[in-house]
Amino acid sequence: MTTDMNADSYVTEDGRTIGPVVMDLKNITLRFGGVVAIKDISFDIREGEIRAIIGPNGAGKSSMLNVISGFYKPQEGEVYFRGSKRPQMKPYQVAQQGLARTFQNIALFDGMTVLDNIMTGRLNKMKANIFQQAIWKGKAEREEIENREACEKVIDFLEIQHIRKTPVGRLPYGLKKRVELARALAAEPSLLLLDEPMAGMNVEEKEDMSRFILDMNDEFGTTIALIEHDMGVVMDLSDRVVVMDYGKKIGDGTPDEVRNNQDVIDAYLGVSHD
Amino acid sequence: MFYREAGDFKTSYKDDNQTFPIRLDRMGYYIVMFVAFCVVPFFVNDYWVNSVFAPFLIYAIAALGLNILTGYAGQVSLGTGGFMAVGAYAVYKLMVAFPDVSIVIHVLLAGGITAVVGVLFGLPSLRIKGFYLAVATLAAQFFLVWVFNKVPWFYNYSASGQINAPERSVFGVIVTGPNTEAWAKYMICLVFVVVLAWVARNLTRGMMGRKWMGIRDMDIAAEIIGVNPLMAKLTAFAVSSFFVGVAGALFFAVYLGAAEAGESFGIAKSFLILFMIIIGGLGSIFGSFAGAAFMVLLPVLLKNVLVGGLGWPTDLAAHLEFMVVGGLIVIFLILEPHGLAQLWRLTKEKLRLWPFPH
Repeated sequence: MTTDMNADSYVTEDGRTIGPVVMDLKNITLRFGGVVAIKDISFDIREGEIRAIIGPNGAGKSSMLNVISGFYKPQEGEVYFRGSKRPQMKPYQVAQQGLARTFQNIALFDGMTVLDNIMTGRLNKMKANIFQQAIWKGKAEREEIENREACEKVIDFLEIQHIRKTPVGRLPYGLKKRVELARALAAEPSLLLLDEPMAGMNVEEKEDMSRFILDMNDEFGTTIALIEHDMGVVMDLSDRVVVMDYGKKIGDGTPDEVRNNQDVIDAYLGVSHD
Repeated sequence: MFYREAGDFKTSYKDDNQTFPIRLDRMGYYIVMFVAFCVVPFFVNDYWVNSVFAPFLIYAIAALGLNILTGYAGQVSLGTGGFMAVGAYAVYKLMVAFPDVSIVIHVLLAGGITAVVGVLFGLPSLRIKGFYLAVATLAAQFFLVWVFNKVPWFYNYSASGQINAPERSVFGVIVTGPNTEAWAKYMICLVFVVVLAWVARNLTRGMMGRKWMGIRDMDIAAEIIGVNPLMAKLTAFAVSSFFVGVAGALFFAVYLGAAEAGESFGIAKSFLILFMIIIGGLGSIFGSFAGAAFMVLLPVLLKNVLVGGLGWPTDLAAHLEFMVVGGLIVIFLILEPHGLAQLWRLTKEKLRLWPFPH
């Protein structure tokens, strides 16, 4: 293989273009009181790639995702987004910058229909003020229809047309996961974070979800960072993998490199003490 | 013609977004509107307006307001009575100070003033949630009533401490004061209800409503997908208080004519309106109307049946009324915690399959 992965952009074996770095995390340290959840971790996410974060339970993967999405504020280290240092900001401001995410335990709005849930994903695209919305004329109505069209594309893409008007609370687990993905995707994020998108799914649902992730990346060029426990899925899907253990980074590279990394093998299989 | 969507094809998202997607619903809505505007005004008398229509319509506005805050945005409030008092005293001061300006503008301004007060008392909602917020709004209730009783400026130093609505008219028709005709009272309330219900519906089906419901259902997730929680909560408080303020203004100016803060806008009023939205259905426009109708009509009905029909003494009937209403509330909460709106929804779902349920 001759691709130079340090170049500004390169083309993968399957013909996708991986662009420059979108998000660069430098020396992130996160503590909760005396507990060090993340210890001095640096890695980057490049445009158009599927980046996986793996590690045993409690390794700090979800904390890492929460740092990226602005929910946790790291004590040390910097987050660079599109080349500029990201100041301290609230999670909703991070979302306005073009980050979207899904959650490990589904965080949908149970009282709303699937369509309304997906429409919330587009709230940063809708600018009508409260008075325009109150009379439902002009900008408010126009935006509602334009964004509905965008949402319908996502609905088509994720094959959830039949449940469009169903309240989310009534849906089974697998579909809820898909609706949550739809909500994140509707935001047309420049970086999509998926926290265990396949947790608790059967093989068929996992295959569907993998297909959606690959298609999303392929068709819309969405940059994806995901956490997943299913090694088979991770190794198949991702371009590069970060491995964490006890809050430290123990490996970073292509799936093949990571698979052969002795530290990673030790972390997953244990070290013999003879 | 059956009650269902089948055959009623929607070819645009605009059609699909409409409030009543089913043809029979739409017809029902037009019929209700026609009867309300073109039939009822010619037949109402003082008794019907004062004991049924005016309180029902005004409480419906207040219930809509509280439903926006509690049902849609998930912020419990026990300050409704206090905010109604703000609306009432605001409209009183405006009516007295600017007698030449239309009462409609006064009522809307009173709503605006209440919205500002509501936002002030809504500020703590960013930090405190659930029961604690309820207690904070309870403080608003007592504080506001206390202020209106203690500061004579609010009731223009009248000896009785009461405020009395001066006579004002709209398009030459007297709508406040003792000389108001029954139909005029009814019409001004009806117009406000219809317009505000339409506004409430528009706000709740659009992005504003989605933000509110997002905060209600899962505030952390809402924040992470881009809802500014402070703005969402404060707009909910503002819009809700606006509605409640308009209701308070109408309650005083059109319905009561004379009011005293502690008596007319006490804690009992806050609970009454809270019961309305719980019985009617949280997070539902229809539920606000259903709950207001239930809480206004049931006592009237009971009184007519017990006193008028069975000839019971009034005090006995009054006490029995408390017991029956209380009992019904408890039964309701156990059997259908989502209120009348949910019953209506279930009925509609059954109707859609009727007469072939399989």
